[in-house]
Amino acid sequence: MANPLKGEVIKLYKTLLYLGREYPQGAAYFRGRLKAAFMKHKDETDPEKIRKLVARGDFVIKELEALYFLRKYRAMKKRYYEPEK
Amino acid sequence: MSGRVLVGVKRVIDYAVKIRVKPDNSSVVTDGVKHSMNPFCEIAVEEAVKLKEKKLIKEVVAVSCGPQQAQETIRTALAMGADRGIHVQVAGKDYESMGPLQVSKIMAALAKKEDAQLVILGKQAIDDDCNQTGQMTAALLDWPQGTFASEVALEGDKIKVVREIDGGLETIRINTPAVITADLRLNTPRYATLPNIMKAKKKKIANMKPEDLGVDLTSRLEVLRVDEPPQREAGVKVETVEDLVGKLKDAGRV
Repeated sequence: MANPLKGEVIKLYKTLLYLGREYPQGAAYFRGRLKAAFMKHKDETDPEKIRKLVARGDFVIKELEALYFLRKYRAMKKRYYEPEK
Repeated sequence: MSGRVLVGVKRVIDYAVKIRVKPDNSSVVTDGVKHSMNPFCEIAVEEAVKLKEKKLIKEVVAVSCGPQQAQETIRTALAMGADRGIHVQVAGKDYESMGPLQVSKIMAALAKKEDAQLVILGKQAIDDDCNQTGQMTAALLDWPQGTFASEVALEGDKIKVVREIDGGLETIRINTPAVITADLRLNTPRYATLPNIMKAKKKKIANMKPEDLGVDLTSRLEVLRVDEPPQREAGVKVETVEDLVGKLKDAGRV
């Protein structure tokens, strides 16, 4: 398993695990899903396909960051601003 | 012009945590509760970092006052792009009684010491909701202030600030040095990513005590009582329209 993409995949996993700590449904829920998603492709050997999967992971990172930001923004807006008429 | 911006960051109970009041009504439970950076402070940090990325300023300094854990908050600010941190150590009784006046005295002293061109703060913290620190800092320094900023533009030695006011916006132009407080719509703060947090560990955080700055932390305020908001009462189901109208009449709504 001396795949040159190994480092990248591990980095992606670590980043997602870190992001998952803030997940609304809890870190444990997220961790389970994350692991399952990675394990599903554990036998993947085609570098092109792995690259595609990593790109999908990067997209999920962006989505999560956007989700957290929106969640916080909405909470602040609800607390500190009058509802718009 | 020094090109240095001081940003205040406060460590507060995380916005998503359900706040519980201590049984003796003295304050809220903070032990074992998740803390994070005040959302409005995040916006302030983001604005300072953006100004630096546009090369309009040279250095962003994140400041926090509080116990040891305040360093985590400074670290988050460093991960977002601040250059260095200053941790003013306040612990125990002083920390419990610390309010906007004490913090603004520290901020004012630091702004002078660091020769800051700009002080950017969040408009208010989500824990005490005081909304006073920026205003008091400006007053203590005798600097102009642009509060509730929803847009900031540096124009030479002046700053144009678009302020959020009731039912609209107000645009003002103020001289530097100045104090700016960030409102919700100023920008979208970036996420402090894992690699950036690792890199931030290499950045320097200076330790200081309020005495080093010649600041007296005596508080003139006393918290008498902290209460939970009233519980929402359970609703009732009605069978018919007459029932509903009757109930509404009883409640004095129609």
